[in-house]
Amino acid sequence: MSGHRRRAHILAFALLFGAALGLAPQPGRADPQTLLNVSYDPTRELYSAYNAIFVKHWLETTHQTVVVNQSHGGSGSQARAVIQGLDADVVTLALAYDIDVIAEQAHLLPPDWQKRYPDNSSPYTSTVVFLVRKGNPKQIEGWKDLARDGVSVITANPKTSGGARWNFLAAYDYGLRSGHNDDAKARAYVAAVYKNVPVLDTGSRGATTTFVDRGLGDVLITWENEAFLSEKEHPGQFETIYPKTSILAEPPVAVVDVNVKKHGTERVADEYLRYLYSVPAQKLACQFGYRPRTISVLASCATHFPTIDLRTIATFGGWQAAQRRFFSDGGVFDQIYQAH
Amino acid sequence: MFARDAVPGRALALGTTLTLVTLCVLIPLATVAASAVGMSGADLARALLSPRALAAFRLTFGASLAAAAVDVVAGTWVAWILVSFRFAGRTLLDAVVDIPLALPTAVTGIAFATLYGPNGPLGAILLAHGIHVAYTPLGIGLALAFVGFPFAVRTVGPVLAALPRELDEAAASLGAGRLARIARITLPMLAPAMLAGFALALARALGEYGSVVFISGNMPMRTEIVPLLIMTRLQEFDDRGAAAIATVLLLASFGLLLAIGAIERRLIVTRVRA
Repeated sequence: MSGHRRRAHILAFALLFGAALGLAPQPGRADPQTLLNVSYDPTRELYSAYNAIFVKHWLETTHQTVVVNQSHGGSGSQARAVIQGLDADVVTLALAYDIDVIAEQAHLLPPDWQKRYPDNSSPYTSTVVFLVRKGNPKQIEGWKDLARDGVSVITANPKTSGGARWNFLAAYDYGLRSGHNDDAKARAYVAAVYKNVPVLDTGSRGATTTFVDRGLGDVLITWENEAFLSEKEHPGQFETIYPKTSILAEPPVAVVDVNVKKHGTERVADEYLRYLYSVPAQKLACQFGYRPRTISVLASCATHFPTIDLRTIATFGGWQAAQRRFFSDGGVFDQIYQAH
Repeated sequence: MFARDAVPGRALALGTTLTLVTLCVLIPLATVAASAVGMSGADLARALLSPRALAAFRLTFGASLAAAAVDVVAGTWVAWILVSFRFAGRTLLDAVVDIPLALPTAVTGIAFATLYGPNGPLGAILLAHGIHVAYTPLGIGLALAFVGFPFAVRTVGPVLAALPRELDEAAASLGAGRLARIARITLPMLAPAMLAGFALALARALGEYGSVVFISGNMPMRTEIVPLLIMTRLQEFDDRGAAAIATVLLLASFGLLLAIGAIERRLIVTRVRA
């Protein structure tokens, strides 16, 4: 009997204690004029600058003040955070697949989200280029040199890095073009390239650090804007090599419908993305090494963007198909590593 | 069922403990295991038994066991120095031991990769002698040993400080040599604490991610650790696959810790009897 009472006591205390934890004060409701932009790693500097001009633009047109908060991380992890409840008003990620997953798994926006803004909802683009050491000691001129014996190639792990997926696809695209669209030849080519990769960092920035600061590798496959940044930060140490062909990376943007409805930020969120296509915003993009969509801005841009024969993700049937075929468990990328 | 306790407040103590353990440990663990439920046998086999997964498990357990072993030896040595001698900078050294606990793991990883990278100050010298550290299992073991080191020092230290001197002196007076005293008296008394330190360092190493991924190179089949495999599955939005691997890691760690705990208790019992 006394044992029962004791157990009841323990239970009661457990419940009370739990209830006390649950009743901890809730954080106050967010100010309705706050916008959260959930983005990926390399856009940190771009959006800091963009937020400043957007806040001014919004104040001038509506006489309302708005505070824009930024969150940065790996594109895939950021998508996951939004799915799990990070209250993003807008997402500006590295690839459409990550936003597709938000639509598919959490139904926070419609599946056709990419049709809502011009140019596949990608206000700026980038491409995949090579960064080599000054003087180009290994004479890397194009994609075929990456598969050569004795060339060490640095790129991140496409399983964990969105940027590295673009790199892989750009290489595969070259394999297709040089092998008369024969998939077997394209596979053999990327396998040869990845055989030259000594380290697979988990993120693009990590790969850049490995190449730039640790001095590993002869060539870094990277975003054009990352190459631009590395050259600027380490003048005279590196040069950018533009391959003849590459892939058009279109980092997309989207309003997260369910969240903006909840916050009452529909209008300001929509304008935040629309204004990215304006001339001042496009000039900012070009300043930070992204290719602006607006032709006039592209032409007058101080950053030089050489012309490359670029193919889009449509070559691979869109991101959903590309993800399944190349990067899923047991996909083409895994097969390269199972083979040896 | 409950005998009267000498100390009051048993209900309160057990109640809060139960709640805290449930909230902080059991519920998160159950969530992990539950996410793996419902996987088909084939999926489960592929997630756990593919050559790549097996290679990762071998590497993680191998490197963690090796690192924990190094930690116990080095940790006992450092603890002995800290306890036995009074010297200038002792307090400083004492504080330095805990730094691996406070340092963000990514900082540790980047520091190790910089130090032991092919053109790092230590890495270049080692490389000249044909020793590759960065991007090899050796580098992984080093990073793991670093993060586990404080656990070994901190579990052995207090026991070492409280060792009764009389036993040692008595043995010496009976003619036991220095080595014999260490082997027959000091080490047996330290063994349970050393095992506990080993278990903690091992547990820390098994789940370590941040400090390792920068120095491991992350090459499938060669230098890919289990936590990276879990991250990879999560990036693929394959939560079940991630949970299956995590559950195996959890169960294996739990089994190891239980076994070590059992040995530890036996050692203590033997000591008390002797």
